[in-house]
Amino acid sequence: MTATKATNDLALLQKVSAFIWNEAALLDAKDYDAWLDLWTDDGMYTLPIGDTEDFDNAVNLCHDNAKMRRDRVGRFQRGFAISSAPPAETVRTVSRFVITRVEGDEVTVESAEHLIEDKFGRQRVWAGNVTHRLVADGDSFRIDAKIVRLLNSDGMLNSFSYLF
Amino acid sequence: MPKFSDLDALYSPDAKVATSMYEDPDLFKEEMERIFHRTWVWVAHESEVPDKGSFKLSHVGLEPVIVARDRKGVLHVMVNRCRHRAATVCEVKKGKTSSFQCPYHGWGYGLDGSLRALPYPEQYGDDFSKEQHGLKRLRTESYQGMVFATFNEDIEPLTDFLGPKVCRYIDLFMKQGGGFPVKVLGEHQFTVPMNWKVQLENTTDAYHFPVVHKSFMQTLDGATEDMFDFLDKGKGWVEDLGNGHSVMMMIPELEDLDANLDQPIPERFEGLAEELRGEGYPEDQVRKIVRAVGGAGFNLNLFPNVSFSLAFFRVLTPVAVDRTDIRHIAIGMEGGPAAANRARIRLHEHFQGPMGFGSPDDAEVWERVQRGTKGGEDLPILVNRGIVDEEPGELGPRGHISAETGMRAAYKMWKRMMSV
Ligand code: FES
Ligand SMILES: [Fe+2]
Repeated sequence: MTATKATNDLALLQKVSAFIWNEAALLDAKDYDAWLDLWTDDGMYTLPIGDTEDFDNAVNLCHDNAKMRRDRVGRFQRGFAISSAPPAETVRTVSRFVITRVEGDEVTVESAEHLIEDKFGRQRVWAGNVTHRLVADGDSFRIDAKIVRLLNSDGMLNSFSYLF
Repeated sequence: MPKFSDLDALYSPDAKVATSMYEDPDLFKEEMERIFHRTWVWVAHESEVPDKGSFKLSHVGLEPVIVARDRKGVLHVMVNRCRHRAATVCEVKKGKTSSFQCPYHGWGYGLDGSLRALPYPEQYGDDFSKEQHGLKRLRTESYQGMVFATFNEDIEPLTDFLGPKVCRYIDLFMKQGGGFPVKVLGEHQFTVPMNWKVQLENTTDAYHFPVVHKSFMQTLDGATEDMFDFLDKGKGWVEDLGNGHSVMMMIPELEDLDANLDQPIPERFEGLAEELRGEGYPEDQVRKIVRAVGGAGFNLNLFPNVSFSLAFFRVLTPVAVDRTDIRHIAIGMEGGPAAANRARIRLHEHFQGPMGFGSPDDAEVWERVQRGTKGGEDLPILVNRGIVDEEPGELGPRGHISAETGMRAAYKMWKRMMSV
């Protein structure tokens, strides 16, 4: 099958939106075990700095394979990381879904994410452009790649005790 | 007469720090003038401005500066402020250019800051001197690729300010180029609501490591965890190196990366070693590179704004009395094997930066110091740990690995600079 711009496939759009909204809900609820289950074994979760595409050879905010994802989640869950005990509370919105590529059982979706964190009585706002590469899995999908490009990723940030 | 004449009340002879040291905006202003305006301040690594015409933006204290390499390859540091009506002449973080042109009325400056041309100069009359209206330039010197600048024309040369012991540690630190020149690979930047001295204190604070970084330790393999257990092993030390500088030797076996090259390759680097052998690197070079990838065994803290920490540079920029910008700069091997640089980058991402397994926990405790400062203004902050069994070193005292000797070194210099 050839790659198509498939934004007009409303059924598919609905399906991937529901999947990504569910992922967002899991992250806000800090249901990280369920989040880990969404991934393929070789999936990579990346927050790049700047506009690089060569993640392997660049310094990223994170560039996690399955082991690093598990370690990261473990860090959040065990209660020894002071930045995550307690963690900031988050509420996020993911929207502006555009399916940019469909090939075989792979779908690439681009979206916008706004996240508000609350800790120490102060709130901070973050925004990012998100790319999901999803692979069909039965009735649903698995995440094979997720790239979140934060606004100002190459500027001054603060530390994060949650995932995007 | 300086406003803060009773410096003993701010930092007492028995190593207690007044709460106002983190909080008083007037004191902060005074520090910017007396310290950041008068001493050598780190602004860049030479690899960040590699070519003729390369530039990057930086700060000396609160002042925005441009670090640029001119056509002859000479580095210049100048204030990013047009001499006409003060607009910044550059807002691009880094890049390459042949000149800087002010966006407001078009004054144009060369890579060395000299005023080259201005539109319609006639209205300034015949005696207007372009020579006197270049960008304000700072004295600039580097050592081992580390570029420092100062507003103080009368200060001693950089290497005298650092001193031979600091220079020796810098030489040792740069051995993690593994035989290649050291090069900046990228950086993490984050801001923390804290006074700059809270971070200055941290780089030679081994005492916090097992507490704050427990969750990082839990993600290491046994041998690596054991290596980071430097507090229990107690073979390390902290030493005052004069002029506010200090070293914290955590892993003495890794003081000199060229020594003990015949040691077995740690398990976590076996894969990398195999990869390098596969690329045709001879065994002795493989060992040298692999050892370099793990980083040096110490942190070197330079007063007032840069430290060399295991495998990266940590830079602080004061922003306000209760706000400090932090940069964690990843370094690697210029022209070295890509696999080795990748390994260093992954190690960097593991600990450093906004999403690292270490930095967010550091940032949290630093912020908590600042928040706690609001309570009990009469209570002093203690940096007297280990003062009881310090030994005299060559240039200053040397203490237990968990001693606050490095902080006392910094505060001694702080006091000296604030008193003149
Ligand atoms: S402010 Fe720069 S040219 Fe006028
Ligand atoms: Fe730390």
